[in-house]
Amino acid sequence: MSNINELNEPEVFVVADNILSPLGKTTAENFAKLRENISGVKEHTDLTISALPFFASLFEKGETFVKADEHNYTKFEQLLIASIADALNGSGVDVRDKKTVLIISSTKGNISLLEDEAITDELKERISLSNSAKLVAEHFGFQNQPIVVSNACISGVLGVITATRLLRSHQYENAVVAGADVISKFIMSGFQSFQALSVGPCKPFDKEHDGLNLGEGAGTIILSTNHKYAQNIKVKGGSISNDANHISGPSRTGQELAGAIKNALQEANFTSANIDFISAHGTATVYNDEMEANAITISGLQKVTLNSLKGFYGHTLGAAGLIESIISIQSLKQALVISTIGFTESADPEKVNVCATLTRLKANNFLKTASGFGGCNAAVIFGK
Amino acid sequence: MLTEKNITGFCSIHNGTITKDGVNIFEQQSDLSGLLLAAYQHLQLTYPKFYKMDNLSKLGWLAAEFLLKDTFNKDAYQPEETGVILANANSSLDDDVKYWDSIKDVASPSLFVYTLPNIVIGEICIRNHFKGEQAFYIQPDFDAQFIAQQVNYLLDKNIMQACICGWVDVFEQDYKAVLFLVEKKKTDKSAIFSAERMDEIFNKD
Repeated sequence: MSNINELNEPEVFVVADNILSPLGKTTAENFAKLRENISGVKEHTDLTISALPFFASLFEKGETFVKADEHNYTKFEQLLIASIADALNGSGVDVRDKKTVLIISSTKGNISLLEDEAITDELKERISLSNSAKLVAEHFGFQNQPIVVSNACISGVLGVITATRLLRSHQYENAVVAGADVISKFIMSGFQSFQALSVGPCKPFDKEHDGLNLGEGAGTIILSTNHKYAQNIKVKGGSISNDANHISGPSRTGQELAGAIKNALQEANFTSANIDFISAHGTATVYNDEMEANAITISGLQKVTLNSLKGFYGHTLGAAGLIESIISIQSLKQALVISTIGFTESADPEKVNVCATLTRLKANNFLKTASGFGGCNAAVIFGK
Repeated sequence: MLTEKNITGFCSIHNGTITKDGVNIFEQQSDLSGLLLAAYQHLQLTYPKFYKMDNLSKLGWLAAEFLLKDTFNKDAYQPEETGVILANANSSLDDDVKYWDSIKDVASPSLFVYTLPNIVIGEICIRNHFKGEQAFYIQPDFDAQFIAQQVNYLLDKNIMQACICGWVDVFEQDYKAVLFLVEKKKTDKSAIFSAERMDEIFNKD
């Protein structure tokens, strides 16, 4: 792979970000909660979502996120709008500029609408991700057609990588990357049918890990090649791979995620020694955690401090890669790596160095990984 | 540093007709499930996984089979060197509706797994042992310009050496698949890879 500097490609800077989750409405509010080890995952009893009680990180029922909404935006669209609005606030990025593009990441968007009525042309349009993206773009006045990424649980990271590539190849100067998913019966029942859910709060990389929790949330990262942001954190490299093994179970070896990590390092012009900490996917399913631990060991990163934030947020699906990257960007800025809540004793102590408590760590770069159904893997590196 | 890239093959499945490189190779006027099954049987393969797939995956998987059959030299590339970049309008809605109907009885994990549009990429990768880059985008209409930009980036920067790209969309009886094989080599039938050329092929039928 070519060194990006040889090609005279611009660097991509993080301008601003937002996390909108049950823990808070801004990145700062969210980071403060995580520092205090406060999780959004609770036991819920909600028959509209599940016949049995379940653990998840959910917004209050009926909570709205956009004031004076004349457009009847759905919860999914409201989350995107509120998250993007906060990230844009004071960022100096002009969404009405032709040089700015909007990228939306989601796995299921408005799918909950399918639960209440039979499918008609009108409902089909209302569920379509392109339609939601268009409504959000119009709300802010974006000039370009938005790009929609829907690639299972790597959607958020893939959104960042897609944006980075568009910016590096001078297609745009600024990209607003926003992801969200809403948990309803459709998604809950599916994960239940897979027996992928934990009976309690999830335990990423722990000996006792027994499944994941689902979570709701939105995240937005604004990226730019404009040099006025040159002092900011940068996207250093990113890569995607496929396991070519199984559509609903990860690779046995972790070789393919390791391949994505290798390519991301190469694009950043880094070796594994440049990675100061890892924000893992860490869903707390045995399959995911084992595969990821293998990939991290293959990559020579087994000694590097690693966390999973799924114990705080649950698995927020299309938003996960964004939310977890944003927290980790804060970790770079504040030299403070968040703990892996739910973790006590390692399932694989030789393969991963799980961060069990809030850790002071002067870091320059971190690696964010993600994997999902369909055998997809993603790796992205952010750094100073 | 721009590399020459060529469309070395294309395949479309639309209106009961399968064409490869512009030539009709299979035709059957029936409902979509019937067409997909007949097309699979036409290939004379033993691939039991096919029967488990939803219609979106069957459609994309078949289009990739016809696209690559006899003309693609898999040995020319490492598994990590071939990527798959696809898009559609309806995401996995066709299977979403079927999954939601199933949960009135017992939620079916085998239907749930197909409620993601990128599963078709997974099926193509499993079949062909492709381990490279992949992405699934949702677009109101086929955005050849965007897809070309993505594929150009991957090939120009040597991230990939070959790419399958295009459109695979299904909702009930509306369907269309058009896949392109993009490589750096030239063949006697190949055409220079461009958004315009993809659009021309896409809009032919």
